[in-house]
Amino acid sequence: MKFLYNIGLYFLMLKRMLRKPTKWRVMKELILKDTNDTVINSLGIISFVSFFIGGVITIQLALSTTGSFYPDYLVGYATRETIILEFAPTIISIIMAGKVGSFITSSIGSMRVTEQIDALEVMGINSINYLVFPKIIALMLYPFLISISMFLGILGGMAACVYGGYSTMSAFIDGIQTDFIPFHMTYAFIKTFIFAFILATVPSFHGYYMKGGALEVGKASTKSFIWTCVTIIIFNFLITQMLLG
Amino acid sequence: MIRVKNLSKSFNNKTIIKNISCQFERGKTSLIIGQTGSGKTVFLKCLLGLHDYEKGEILFDGVNFKTISEYEKMKLKSSIGTVFQGSALFDSMTIEENVMFPLKMFNNLPFDEMLDRVNFVLKRVELENSNKKMPSEASGGMQKRVAIARAIVNKPNYLFCDEPNSGLDPKTAIIIDNLIKEITEELNITTIINSHDMNSVMEIGEKIIFLKNGKLKWNGSNKEIFSTENKDVLDFVYSSNLYKKVRKTYLNQ
Repeated sequence: MKFLYNIGLYFLMLKRMLRKPTKWRVMKELILKDTNDTVINSLGIISFVSFFIGGVITIQLALSTTGSFYPDYLVGYATRETIILEFAPTIISIIMAGKVGSFITSSIGSMRVTEQIDALEVMGINSINYLVFPKIIALMLYPFLISISMFLGILGGMAACVYGGYSTMSAFIDGIQTDFIPFHMTYAFIKTFIFAFILATVPSFHGYYMKGGALEVGKASTKSFIWTCVTIIIFNFLITQMLLG
Repeated sequence: MIRVKNLSKSFNNKTIIKNISCQFERGKTSLIIGQTGSGKTVFLKCLLGLHDYEKGEILFDGVNFKTISEYEKMKLKSSIGTVFQGSALFDSMTIEENVMFPLKMFNNLPFDEMLDRVNFVLKRVELENSNKKMPSEASGGMQKRVAIARAIVNKPNYLFCDEPNSGLDPKTAIIIDNLIKEITEELNITTIINSHDMNSVMEIGEKIIFLKNGKLKWNGSNKEIFSTENKDVLDFVYSSNLYKKVRKTYLNQ
């Protein structure tokens, strides 16, 4: 019952978010600040993870596809497909649920604990619109982050493949270009937009409706990470079934 | 003036506020006092519109908060200044940005004009050179003064303070009390303070409302509280020997 109640509360939060919008002069500043906090500040970790995981994917693929039976370009092809279809949009989103999701929950939760949300409400400000809406708009730049992740993942794969002596650069580039289906990019970016919305709203929900003190802020962050991951994984399955199935 | 008529509020079938009726006058500092758990904070939150209530009505200069449109509610709320127990300053903003916040939200003034107003109220609360400090760099007393500055920057008609001197040393507490009283008179606003600090009661309580178990048990002024024979008030206000002596001296005079 509580699960259904929370789902209802989540949708009511989204509905309330659209009422009484915050002044554009203030909203503009909030969007820029949230873009910096959520997207720009994640560039480093996303680049690092993408480059090295791209390399690991390639090494594992190369090791399991040795022998004359497999064409040379297969490693590049499989790396590209893995990174574009699943690693960059989904796995990076799960990493972001830990980094950005926890940040959103704890920052909004701390505002709840210290009565800052009450202060906004008594001033007549729609606190949900003030706190959640700029995060959604900021995270609409999330596909930009995923594009970088795709590029660096493939680059990391190429570096590991060539410098590890598993294949040649020309074979890897051939693989990247083989049987490329542009719709796969569309599919990846549709997923990314939906995950961005989940990344902005699910952690905000857990922070906004948390009750208690500082200890509960930590608990809410953990809970928010779990539910953001669960939601991303469920939507990943549904979108894949709808668009590729 | 704020008039409360037969206000009742429950949580999970437990009635916390029981049929309270009272009024708070403009230009006067009114105090809500009572033991912990007496319903003071719930009552204040009902007045602020943070809690919905089942019965009764709250009239802000004749305007019923519950029956007006969303737009009118927003307008009314923008005329309310609030000082929270923990100050509730936005910790990602400087003191200047905190004080400027209500102006930014509800006015279209140019930045320079807003800054002049901010500097004026910061001077009024004796924080002239603290514009660029973060709330975390300010002491408890300074944070309370910033919260007062933020509450009055938009020239409110009503000022609500939830335990404004909790956690402060006696000297700073008196400074904060006097500041609130002076501002109430200067701006001719309706001020309601939620407190269980007896110094505040004696110093600035022009009107006092005493709550016990969610009921209004007594109301009067800081002069009348010395001479009252109400048992509940005597038990609460004069629970310490010091205040018993103070009362005795006052009555002997």
